[in-house]
Amino acid sequence: MPRLTVDDLKKIKEEYKAALTLREGGARVKVTVHMGTCGIAAGARKVMEALLEEMGKSGVKDVIVTTSGCAGLCSREPMATVEVINESPVKYVQLDGEKIRRILREHVIEGKAVEEYALVMGSETAY
Amino acid sequence: MESYRVSIMLCGGTGCTAAGSLKVKQALEEEISKRDLTKDVNLVLTSCNSFCSQGPIMAVYPGEFFYQKLTVKDIPEIVEEHFIKGRPVERLMYKESPRKKAIPLMKEIPFYKHQVLRALRNKGLIDAEKIEEYIARDGYQAAAKALTEMTPEEIIDEVKKSGLRGRGGAGFLTGLKWELSAKVKGDQKYIICNGDEGDPGAFMDRSIMEGDPHVVLEGMLIGARSIGASKGYIYVRAEYPLAVQRLQTAINQARDYGLLGENIFETGFHFDIEIYQGAGAFVCGEASALMHSIEGKRGMPRPKLWRSAVKGLWDKPTVLNNVETFANIPQIILNGADWYRSLGTEKSTGTKVFALSGAIKNIGLIEIPMGIPLRRIIFDIGGGVPNNRKFKAVQLGGPSGGCIPESLLDTPVTFEDILKTGAIIGSGGMVVMNDLNCMVSVAKYFLEFTTEESCGKCPPCRIGTHVLRDLLTNITEGKGKAGDIELIGQAARDIIESSLCGLGQSAPNPVLTTIRYFRDEYESHINDKWCKTGVCKELCTFYIDANTCTGCGACARVCPRKAISGEKKKPYRVDQSLCIQCRSCYEKCKFESVKIGPRSMRDEMPEKGSGEIQGSAAVEKEV
Repeated sequence: MPRLTVDDLKKIKEEYKAALTLREGGARVKVTVHMGTCGIAAGARKVMEALLEEMGKSGVKDVIVTTSGCAGLCSREPMATVEVINESPVKYVQLDGEKIRRILREHVIEGKAVEEYALVMGSETAY
Repeated sequence: MESYRVSIMLCGGTGCTAAGSLKVKQALEEEISKRDLTKDVNLVLTSCNSFCSQGPIMAVYPGEFFYQKLTVKDIPEIVEEHFIKGRPVERLMYKESPRKKAIPLMKEIPFYKHQVLRALRNKGLIDAEKIEEYIARDGYQAAAKALTEMTPEEIIDEVKKSGLRGRGGAGFLTGLKWELSAKVKGDQKYIICNGDEGDPGAFMDRSIMEGDPHVVLEGMLIGARSIGASKGYIYVRAEYPLAVQRLQTAINQARDYGLLGENIFETGFHFDIEIYQGAGAFVCGEASALMHSIEGKRGMPRPKLWRSAVKGLWDKPTVLNNVETFANIPQIILNGADWYRSLGTEKSTGTKVFALSGAIKNIGLIEIPMGIPLRRIIFDIGGGVPNNRKFKAVQLGGPSGGCIPESLLDTPVTFEDILKTGAIIGSGGMVVMNDLNCMVSVAKYFLEFTTEESCGKCPPCRIGTHVLRDLLTNITEGKGKAGDIELIGQAARDIIESSLCGLGQSAPNPVLTTIRYFRDEYESHINDKWCKTGVCKELCTFYIDANTCTGCGACARVCPRKAISGEKKKPYRVDQSLCIQCRSCYEKCKFESVKIGPRSMRDEMPEKGSGEIQGSAAVEKEV
């Protein structure tokens, strides 16, 4: 891999910002399953498996699935954040295989957030 | 770079213009100027937003609120209610199909509303195993700036001005520590990240190391540059395997990209990092013990005749900082010391991550500006004590800290204010206790911990912790004697004054603070042989108040020994010969009819105790 110069840093930032953000013609939805130790201990791996399996069955194509570390509310894990383009991200808590499947079908595919499992809407950092 | 508090995207497309959006724009500009919000509100006229039938429309960020069919009359209300008071005007907003229960927004939930993320800036947002995602969120920009645009002195100056104090517990000025090391002439210097996080109840560093490992690397890189260190170590406790794995992946990726290793950013500066795993000893979180551990020796501290910053790892100048301290560095370099100081107090600048656990609704990690009163942390952010129980105390700072009672909850959380209460902020662990906790048992628990973890080198700690633990154990088992409290106080003072390191010097804190604020519990245990919370099994008797018992039988159903009996709708009774004082009945009863009396009650009761209130002096005192 190339040794980075200061300019390279900026280029990578632009490139990845484009890839990570939701935009027209790109991905429409991004689902982040939180996998810190707290999440994994509570069953996040099973949630991830169920999500990927359900995605395979449904055939959706414009969805990014990714992981991240601990989301901060360790007692309500497993947690997942669903971000649909042009909408505020929604944080779901206390998930299991069944719930994430429902979230995929109703929120990701049909566009209606599953209020029963949702804790909050919005992002924590503005920058 | 300007950062607006609110951004408005007002549609200027044909449809909306025809519906009057330009007039709305003018009204907005006038109102914003009138209310002095020009610096806070960014008004942008955009092209067609496609909701033409609902125009004029505008989108307000953060939060993505869509206002529709706006008129000039609506503007003052929106500016007043939404931009100034933070209350979006629902009736003017675009609504989809009606929803029975809307999902709350971040600013409606106290847990999120009061937090300001700095060390936890990337929380939940990036894949820790992809360096590109870290870079996409400005990763390594600070290191680039520090290495290519700043001198080591300028870096140290900025960190000093920020007022950043060590986040591991001691709260020493980070900039000062770096300066001490930088001034020493040496061919080899080291920088170490303390990822041992041994405090029970602390898990902040765990989250950062697992979720954002690169911020630690970047902070270390900047620190290394400022002091002239060519080698760094991250000491991670072996009990955090995920952190070890993610940090190693991060190091490998950084090396691949030339961000660690030789000639970083073509500046001629070399720096590499190695992970060293701990082996389960709490004392190895102490700086000098940690360094001995890395040297392959037993993890034992040394007398502080000189600072590690001058002579540390292998007798070379060494800077050791906590994970969270390093996590703050990149942003201080990018945004400046003044930005960092804009939150917090004069002597405790910036934000701190706290780990909330125990008897509290929202268990997890929070990052808040220094200076917020404890009460807001416990009852707003933390959501209060669940299950209708009452708050009793909050333990701050783990085994080195102390318990703070309800009367002191207005104390602002800063290094200096918390110190006045007898506790310490420590690494940030906050364990909340309710009315079911026995404070003597809590002190005993912490002493058991420190006794186990004492390295054994110095008698005041090695023997002293045992002395305190044994005194407390006796008290909880009914063997407390008059004079014990004074003896504890004496021993504690001796241990604090003569222990070699922080473990011993702070081990008596939990017992000293619990005596200071809950002395009545100690006296009750010692003099009356009575543990009123029912935790110390030797010191309590569970019985049922016949006057208030409704005979519902709920207690009998949860009793593991079937010690409670009675007929429906008539007062039940506890058979003391079977009762094991598990307290399940007390916790189950909705009518507060299960009472906890002193040990003497069951000693005096006949074989199959009826447990009815019969005018015992101790009972009257309780009622």
